[in-house]
Amino acid sequence: MRLASALTVLAILWPGNLGAEEKNRLPVTIHGFLMGNASVRMTGKRPLMGEGGAFVLGEERLRLDASGATKSGNGFLLIKGDIFHDAVANRVDGDLREAYAGFRGSRFDLRLGRQIVTWGVGDLFFINDVFPKDWESFFSGRPMEYLKRGVDAVRLQYSSDALNVDVVATPFFTADALPSPKRFFLYNPFAAVAEQRQHTPPVRAENTEVALRLYRRIAGLDVSLYGHHGFWRMPGANMDSDNGTPRISRFYPRLVTWGASAQRNLLDGIVSFEGGRYNSLDDRGGAAPGVPNSQWRVLAAYQRQLARELTATFQGYVEAMESYNSYRNSLPAGFRAEDRVRGVFSVRLTQFLSYQNWRLSAFIACSPTDSDCFAQPEVSHRLSDKSQIRFLSTWALSARRPAARSAARTRERAPLAAIASPTVTVEHVYPPSGPSPGTAA
Amino acid sequence: MLARIVFALMAAFCPLVIHAQEKLPAAEIVDRAQAAFYSAGADMKARVVMDLINADGKKRTRVLSMLRKNLPGGREQRYFLYFHEPGDVRRTAFLVWKYPEKDDDRWIFIPAVNMTRRIAARDSRSSFVGSDFSYEDISGRDLAADSHTVLREEKLGASACYVVQSTPKAAADFSRKLSWIDKTSWLPLKEEYYDAQNQLARVFTADKIEAISAGGKTYPTAVKRTMKNVQSGHRTEVVFESVSYDVGIPPEIFTERSLQQAPEKWIR
Repeated sequence: MRLASALTVLAILWPGNLGAEEKNRLPVTIHGFLMGNASVRMTGKRPLMGEGGAFVLGEERLRLDASGATKSGNGFLLIKGDIFHDAVANRVDGDLREAYAGFRGSRFDLRLGRQIVTWGVGDLFFINDVFPKDWESFFSGRPMEYLKRGVDAVRLQYSSDALNVDVVATPFFTADALPSPKRFFLYNPFAAVAEQRQHTPPVRAENTEVALRLYRRIAGLDVSLYGHHGFWRMPGANMDSDNGTPRISRFYPRLVTWGASAQRNLLDGIVSFEGGRYNSLDDRGGAAPGVPNSQWRVLAAYQRQLARELTATFQGYVEAMESYNSYRNSLPAGFRAEDRVRGVFSVRLTQFLSYQNWRLSAFIACSPTDSDCFAQPEVSHRLSDKSQIRFLSTWALSARRPAARSAARTRERAPLAAIASPTVTVEHVYPPSGPSPGTAA
Repeated sequence: MLARIVFALMAAFCPLVIHAQEKLPAAEIVDRAQAAFYSAGADMKARVVMDLINADGKKRTRVLSMLRKNLPGGREQRYFLYFHEPGDVRRTAFLVWKYPEKDDDRWIFIPAVNMTRRIAARDSRSSFVGSDFSYEDISGRDLAADSHTVLREEKLGASACYVVQSTPKAAADFSRKLSWIDKTSWLPLKEEYYDAQNQLARVFTADKIEAISAGGKTYPTAVKRTMKNVQSGHRTEVVFESVSYDVGIPPEIFTERSLQQAPEKWIR
């Protein structure tokens, strides 16, 4: 459905519909890369009924990226996708990352099709970036770009000195891609329930997600206001029975978010703040056990260069649940309660060496409320302009034993307890050097 | 810092100018050199090819479009840099709002995730995209950050030059810098950077200078320049292709919008 819709939009917007003069001058350039990824478990433990043995990830990917613009530059398109062989599942498949056509006006920019949208100021803490993520990619060690999933959307942007407006309307719901139990250790309190159903929001006018960002500079400060009307991207669950047979229905509860961010040069570095409210429309009172409660989320961050080619980013993140008493009172027996407030601190260090041919980086996040830590050290080396190799290791340490939690939450956090996997990525970039047709004067 | 070159043509065109500029204070000379090297014209557009060459001769190449606009009145500048190559940084773009006496505002656009981010600009000595040039070398160092002295006047090749010594007032990654500033074009033709041990560390040379005309004016431009690390043997050769001045780049090009969707017309 998503692929079909994206292709339909592209077909409509294909620059064949542009003026004849411009059509003749549409240079399309094709780029791409070959990439291999492999992640190996270091704990020696494997999920029951899992696939891949010692491997969480083993794949080869071919990226093809075609882009073009009209002579004026006002009409443009981009198609970017991977063909990959997944050695763990032993299948060959495709992944259309982005496919959009666009138009640039004097003040308006329009884009239709599949596109990746990233908002907010956090580094791996998402408050007002309500767009879908691929957590399985992230935890299995693929490069960071695979954390973001495209949305099949219409995006309209207006730019002026007084105010910039960015609106993304998405008729086709895209959920977060969550780690699969075939590759990750997941706690599923409903594993014994035979009948499980999944409902995604059908394509209907009232289900179109709308996200809005207003932004401008005020006194050296980059200020953004955000709003979003749509759905949680991790499913909630309802349990009922069908003639006495227990049944689990998973669905994506409705969600409205709004928030703000601000960022500026300060204290010899960059100071950022972001906050947002998550209004869980299907659980206003907080008494529905299978639907996340409404929340407040707040982030503060500080980035500075500690030395030449060495940058550090410190973040503090707090998430507070509303209607906590209702939540506690409605929690089914056997489930351990979430804390009312979750806090996480993180540090990212990035060091470039040897004319930036080597990049060392480490992201470490610890939560005093959850008593766990997550770390991803990474080394990447550029062998040439066309080839690089990357080694990344993912660590999760928890002082708590896994215990029953609400369904949605469990999925969000359980993988952390199971992974310690180095990933090796080898990437080779095409095409050969030299001006490409699309960029030549 | 960016500038340094061999400028023969201009001397032939206006030999009289030289005699009118005697006994200029050192700071005035450096100021003029910076103006000629970093601020020529009301705006500038160029395609830049950087070759990063290590001591063994192994070469890496970066190709980018550079747009620069001087704000009226002051010394504030805006830069937009868009990378064409190598493939893994293609479509990456930088936006820099440069101020004379405080940290720049810098943003980067990372195309893989369509993300615009502010980046810390505190250490302007950091390497610019892995080259021998620092950010400061690309966009200029504050005039007031150094004490300047005219050591002598001498010819470099065919060009009469001031030799100016600049000594940082606060800790920097060089202890002193010698600049050969052409008396005619005001471009720095050569610069030597000395480290804390007073050993020669880096040498800049302006290898080819062209007089580029725009709207009746002529801007001498170092279209080929090299920064060499004489201690490691690594060097970066930069060629400015298709440079044009006073092309009327609109101010709105230097905004987040251009990061998100590069202005094709200006970066081709």
